[in-house]
Amino acid sequence: MNKIIAKERLSQEVFRIELEAPHIARERKAGQFVIVQTDVDFGERIPLTIADADTAKGSITLIFQAVGVSTHRLAELEPGAYIEAVLGPLGNPTHIENYGHAVCVGGGIGVAPMHPIAQALKAAGNKLTVIIGARNKELVILEKEMRAIADELIIVTDDGSYGRKALVTEPLKELCEAEPKPDLAVTIGPPIMMKFCAETTRPYKVKTFASLNTIMIDGTGMCGGCRVTVGGKTRFVCVDGPEFDAHEVDWNGMLLRLGAYKPLEDAAHKELHESGQCRLDALADAVMAKAGLGKSGGAS
Amino acid sequence: MHDKTQLKAEAKSVLDGLKGKTLSNKDRMAIPVQDMPCQEAAIRAGNMEEVAIGYSEEQARVEAYRCLQCKNAPCISGCPVSIDIPGFLRLSAEGDFTGAADVIRKTNLLPAICGRVCPQEKQCQLVCTLGKALKSVDKAVQIGRVERYIADRERTSGQSPIPEIAAPTGKRVAVVGAGPAGMTVAADVRREGHEVVIFEAFQKPGGVMVYGIPEFRLPKAIVSEEADKLRAMGVKFELNTLIGRTIPLETLFKEDGFDAVFIGVGAGLPKFMNIPGENYVGVFSANEYLTRANLMRAWDQKRAATPIYHSKRVAVLGGGNVAMDSARMALRLGAEEVHVLYRRTREEMPARAEEVEHAMEEGIIFDFLSSPTEILGNEKGRVTGLRVLSYELGQADASGRRSPVAIKGSEQDVAFDTVIVAIGNDSNPLLAKTTKGLAVDKRGQVLVDENQKTSLDAVWAGGDIVLGAATVILAMGEGRRAAAAINRYLI
Ligand SMILES: Cc1cc2nc3c(=O)[nH]c(=O)nc-3n(C[C@H](O)[C@H](O)[C@H](O)COP(=O)(O)OP(=O)(O)OC[C@H]3O[C@@H](n4cnc5c(N)ncnc54)[C@H](O)[C@@H]3O)c2cc1C
Ligand SMILES: Cc1cc2nc3c(=O)[nH]c(=O)nc-3n(C[C@H](O)[C@H](O)[C@H](O)COP(=O)(O)OP(=O)(O)OC[C@H]3O[C@@H](n4cnc5c(N)ncnc54)[C@H](O)[C@@H]3O)c2cc1C
Ligand code: SF4
Ligand code: SF4
Ligand code: FES
Repeated sequence: MNKIIAKERLSQEVFRIELEAPHIARERKAGQFVIVQTDVDFGERIPLTIADADTAKGSITLIFQAVGVSTHRLAELEPGAYIEAVLGPLGNPTHIENYGHAVCVGGGIGVAPMHPIAQALKAAGNKLTVIIGARNKELVILEKEMRAIADELIIVTDDGSYGRKALVTEPLKELCEAEPKPDLAVTIGPPIMMKFCAETTRPYKVKTFASLNTIMIDGTGMCGGCRVTVGGKTRFVCVDGPEFDAHEVDWNGMLLRLGAYKPLEDAAHKELHESGQCRLDALADAVMAKAGLGKSGGAS
Repeated sequence: MHDKTQLKAEAKSVLDGLKGKTLSNKDRMAIPVQDMPCQEAAIRAGNMEEVAIGYSEEQARVEAYRCLQCKNAPCISGCPVSIDIPGFLRLSAEGDFTGAADVIRKTNLLPAICGRVCPQEKQCQLVCTLGKALKSVDKAVQIGRVERYIADRERTSGQSPIPEIAAPTGKRVAVVGAGPAGMTVAADVRREGHEVVIFEAFQKPGGVMVYGIPEFRLPKAIVSEEADKLRAMGVKFELNTLIGRTIPLETLFKEDGFDAVFIGVGAGLPKFMNIPGENYVGVFSANEYLTRANLMRAWDQKRAATPIYHSKRVAVLGGGNVAMDSARMALRLGAEEVHVLYRRTREEMPARAEEVEHAMEEGIIFDFLSSPTEILGNEKGRVTGLRVLSYELGQADASGRRSPVAIKGSEQDVAFDTVIVAIGNDSNPLLAKTTKGLAVDKRGQVLVDENQKTSLDAVWAGGDIVLGAATVILAMGEGRRAAAAINRYLI
């Protein structure tokens, strides 16, 4: 049981929560994640990256997007409430060293897991460029935090409502074409974005890591549900990863596996909204009404 | 014959016939083996309730009367924890089930579980004199079934005694992993008055008994009762704690003040076949499939958030208990046709005989002497079938096992939408990887001496992490040995 001590809504569908987890706070390193369960009998076990930790307070911070049933349930919890189970820190920490010039590419919610990695790279002496990509202005998160640590911050949006109107791969390509080219790229975001980042840096032979967000169950190497093919070998993301050489990952295979439960998940998510059980809808509607807009149609 | 009422009536008339008689060995040999009452195959394939219902008192007594009370009692050495089998059978025959429970409790902490899941026909019952005399292991005294009856009777009476705990010693023992090995160590060490904390990665204690073995074979309520009993003894559980990550093993000694550690982390690393197509959508390790279904309760789709694949034609690869459980689970989750593909024949199958029999009754199809060479899929990356190669049994090897030889050119493509790989588990490397100085062999199994002591000071290990994938009772046996050594060490 882990108590939520603070909660903030970063955008319509993105939440930041801080929770008590003294052991995890003490042991965690950049790049590691936890598995969270809001209901130990019937709930799903979902992986979320540790976005930050405060060892003095014994707390960790998670930033997540309410995309389906389990993340919704989590978003409904208020400070003072308890999360029934939090397991971690899981996965291998990011290998941090002074590479020289590091470019961190975060897409959407991927900016959250990127933050501790960017922080650690900066602390190790790297020159740091951060690219934040989002569908629109409303979905840009952690701009302030990233600006505080990055030597250069580039923001792009799909619709041009903020920063440059572009996909993250455009500025990434420009950086690779520049002299000297970057020494390291790290990409975290939707798998399709990571795939294209890998394709962008490949011709320039810029070492690129991607943090994979496969479906997971135990997170301890017991089930094999998180497996992906990397360099022709089957690897378990939860124990061998989550970071891998992006040029070696079988992205198409991973994309197919991620969709395994899509129809079932979507049906469950739809039911949650239609049954009127989703308290986020009400919240979102209130926000929208205040802003003088119509009904939100739900968070995501 | 599986009908409960009828079996009970028959047993009653046998029992009445035995009243007041002094039984000769010949009389005992003439008593019929008591069948296990079961849910009808057609009905149970559609529910998650326990298949085997358990003996009635009459049946338990009649079965116990079959025991010849051999002086040398070979059955005792067949049991990994050496239960005084003729002792508890004699008391059961007389109807003294409380006395029988006391006998069992001396060596077996989890009789309700062992009675259900022990591969008796390979252990206690294999060497039973009665079975030998009647020339069939199936006719041996049904030791496990009587054991289960005794344990269930005590359980449901609400009077299972909580073992006495010695005065506090001030010593602290950490148990890593709440499977049968860890739970046994916890009980035995706690009894001596030491403080015990069990650290478990999952949200529930029980290990494979909760995430692997299905409800229809081992009700989860039994496992949680055992955990509650440990709590009543004063054992503490720290769930959702992964030793090696949440707390490094060394920290348990250095900062948390533990005096000894037991490692019982099981063999949780699923093996795959390493054939093409294994990462298609619709291919699962048995661990994943069963964890979704059992621990995450995906079988209860109305309430569970964890999804499970909707399958029509399922292929299960393997021939052990894990394969049987996966196949029967798939059936219960609504599959129309479930095949088990096994490279050898029924005789060589490592699964418990009763489970194979039950699976066959439920309509699972067994494709013996066959094994896939490739998993086939479509452009969406979903499984569409298997390329299956046929085998024949060749010469017996040194161990006397006839090994399968592929028949050239016998490949055939068979349509399936789901493939469950149930060919066993290797050791999970996490703890060895994160703990300096913990010696393991090349398969990742923790190396121990005859007292279960590892290469590290004050650290013992046992169960599947030492033996490779084994059994509940062997894990318990190792736990008892380790606990005894820990108790000696802490004096
Ligand atoms: C190592 C790791 C770290 C992660 N860190 C974060 C994080 O810091 N913040 C965050 O918001 N999310 C993170 N994720 C993704 C997060 O686990 C999923 O969003 C979550 O499991 C969805 O659960 P749900 O029940 O709400 O949605 P579901 O109903 O299960 O899914 C809703 C939609 O999300 C997609 N989806 C499901 N699981 C994943 C997944 N693992 N990755 C991507 N898409 C998925 C589904 O295809 C579906 O379209 C991480 C994943 C991994 C493996
Ligand atoms: C599907 C299936 C069916 C089976 N059927 C039978 C049967 O019919 N009869 C039979 O006798 N045996 C059967 N077995 C085998 C039997 O279950 C195992 O041999 C037995 O459970 C091993 O016990 P254990 O205590 O060593 O480990 P486990 O039961 O594996 O328990 C280990 C526990 O440790 C936890 N853990 C792992 N790493 C850590 C860590 N670092 N920190 C904290 N906790 C950790 C795990 O989460 C787990 O709960 C079956 C196994 C399976 C998978
Ligand atoms: S514990 Fe297992 S092997 Fe021992 S007597 Fe009971 S059923 Fe037989
Ligand atoms: S070997 Fe069989 S008959 Fe002999 S004592 Fe044991 S159970 Fe009874
Ligand atoms: S999530 Fe189960 S092995 Fe990785």
